[in-house]
Amino acid sequence: MIRIDSVTKRYPDGTVAVDRLSLDIPDRAITVLVGPSGCGKTTTLRMINRMVEPSEGGILLDGKDIRQQPVNTLRRSMGYVIQNAGLFQHRTILDNIATVPRLLGRPKQQARARAAELMERVGLDTALAKRYPYQLSGGQQQRVGVARALAADPPVLLMDEPFSAVDPVVRKGLQDELLRIQSELGKTIVFVTHDIDEAIKLGTMVAVLRTGGRLAQFAPPAELLSAPADPFVEDFLGADRGIRRLSFFPTTELELQTAPVVAVDAGAEQLASRAGAPYLLVTDLDGRPLGWSEPDRLTAGAVDTDRLLPYGRPFVPGTDSLRTALDGAVLSPTGWAVAVDGEGRAVGVVSQQVIGEAIRTAHSRVAEQAAEHAAGQAEVKAG
Amino acid sequence: MNVLDFAHAFFSDTAHWHGYDGIPTRFAEHVRYSLEALLIAAAIGLPVGLLTGHYGRGGNTLALLATAGRALPSFGLLVLMFIWIGFGLLPVMIPLVVLAVPPILVTTYEAIRSVDPSPVDAARGMGMPETRVLLQVEVPVALPLILSGLRTAAIQIVSTATIAAYVSLGGLGRYIIDGLYQKDYEKVVGGATLVAGLALVTLAIFWAAARLTVSPGVRRGT
Repeated sequence: MIRIDSVTKRYPDGTVAVDRLSLDIPDRAITVLVGPSGCGKTTTLRMINRMVEPSEGGILLDGKDIRQQPVNTLRRSMGYVIQNAGLFQHRTILDNIATVPRLLGRPKQQARARAAELMERVGLDTALAKRYPYQLSGGQQQRVGVARALAADPPVLLMDEPFSAVDPVVRKGLQDELLRIQSELGKTIVFVTHDIDEAIKLGTMVAVLRTGGRLAQFAPPAELLSAPADPFVEDFLGADRGIRRLSFFPTTELELQTAPVVAVDAGAEQLASRAGAPYLLVTDLDGRPLGWSEPDRLTAGAVDTDRLLPYGRPFVPGTDSLRTALDGAVLSPTGWAVAVDGEGRAVGVVSQQVIGEAIRTAHSRVAEQAAEHAAGQAEVKAG
Repeated sequence: MNVLDFAHAFFSDTAHWHGYDGIPTRFAEHVRYSLEALLIAAAIGLPVGLLTGHYGRGGNTLALLATAGRALPSFGLLVLMFIWIGFGLLPVMIPLVVLAVPPILVTTYEAIRSVDPSPVDAARGMGMPETRVLLQVEVPVALPLILSGLRTAAIQIVSTATIAAYVSLGGLGRYIIDGLYQKDYEKVVGGATLVAGLALVTLAIFWAAARLTVSPGVRRGT
């Protein structure tokens, strides 16, 4: 565990970048430091590998003051990823990744073999090994940056706004990749960003810092969204935190209806039996959704697929959250969301009303859990 | 007779190709003076430029020294040193080195200063010692500029080393100065042609050195 213990960073000109900050950063989880510019998040991160020395307070790594070991030994035990990757343009991709193993004195061949292994791990084609950084796209360079940080298999990974210089599509890919890598490697990651959505997506714990380097709230993302500590955090979370919170509610218990789903070759009898539903979802012969239609507009055996209403974005029950399901329902003019399996075949449909009930159920469950938790705490105290 | 005729007459005279005043001897002397001056200038200019560039300090002092160095007339300095020190290589080396240090020093300083700070930050953050940050991260990227400073210095030395002949030393300047004195224009043109040729060879050597030492990742568009 990394314990930041009442750390202050004051610069000679009097500006205070970090003000008596204390944080316990859990092992094998992603802790995100987020806040507006000037909130000291990068300074805090850079104090962990002593790129910046605190004016007051100290930082403990597994109970030991980080100043007890030589600074370069400390840094080599922590992966470091920065914005724009900071690759060495005169070295090939492979040699960039092999940097820290080489610093640790590993033989060249061994370091390069390890580097090639890491290229695969971060989703880079090993054909790029002999290329130079300028021949890679921004997203690829950032992957190299992550691979380089992981090369010596450090237990800790420090990431300073690593994805903020790439476009949103590439950024999403990099975030998903980071979550996948983290699920495989289980590093202690400290991640700095100014993007609250990124913080909520990646963080196991999120520390919101306010200007002047003071901690506003330190909580798991779901708690941040449901119970922001003060107006600053609430404001920073943005207007749609209620919707975003739905990302943490599962779709496993949504009751799907299969009756309104018909195949494109449905016969007259089948159509007649479904006439009670306000809308029918028409699928192709493999079961993939094509669109919605009012039942009386459908002609048996000859569905005009051009006249179907759009069905929004389908969700995968159990995998996607209620947010995705609600989004699908809101996107479709019928107000119904389409559930599909992994192959994209329709497995049922669900209305906005049903999703709404599921949301209320989820809320009350969270409230119950909080109450139980509070009761438990009270008992502990009473005992 | 025109310049080409003079040059032709000079180079086709077999007497000019051997002996203590032959072309090979004078050429070798000229190369030796130039190399020595360049090495001394580099030994002063490179370390100072690298360190000041790396730590980002002393830029103004450097600019001042460089301007002063450039303002000093080499020929005047030579005569002064000659009067002061007397015969020998030293009074020749001093003006040549004074001439060559500023371009090496200032370009090296600028080259290191202009290296993208983010790889340097990444290198430090990964636990790379400062000397390695300088030599393995900054220098390889700054190398094309550093080489261009050395090249400028080398060419200035090659062309200015002719003044060594004024203080009775050898080198290709011998032909120019003796020729002028003897009103032997073949000799003057021949000597001047050789100096110009050597300057071009110097250019070619630096071009080749850049091809060999600068990483393809840094060279890219150039």
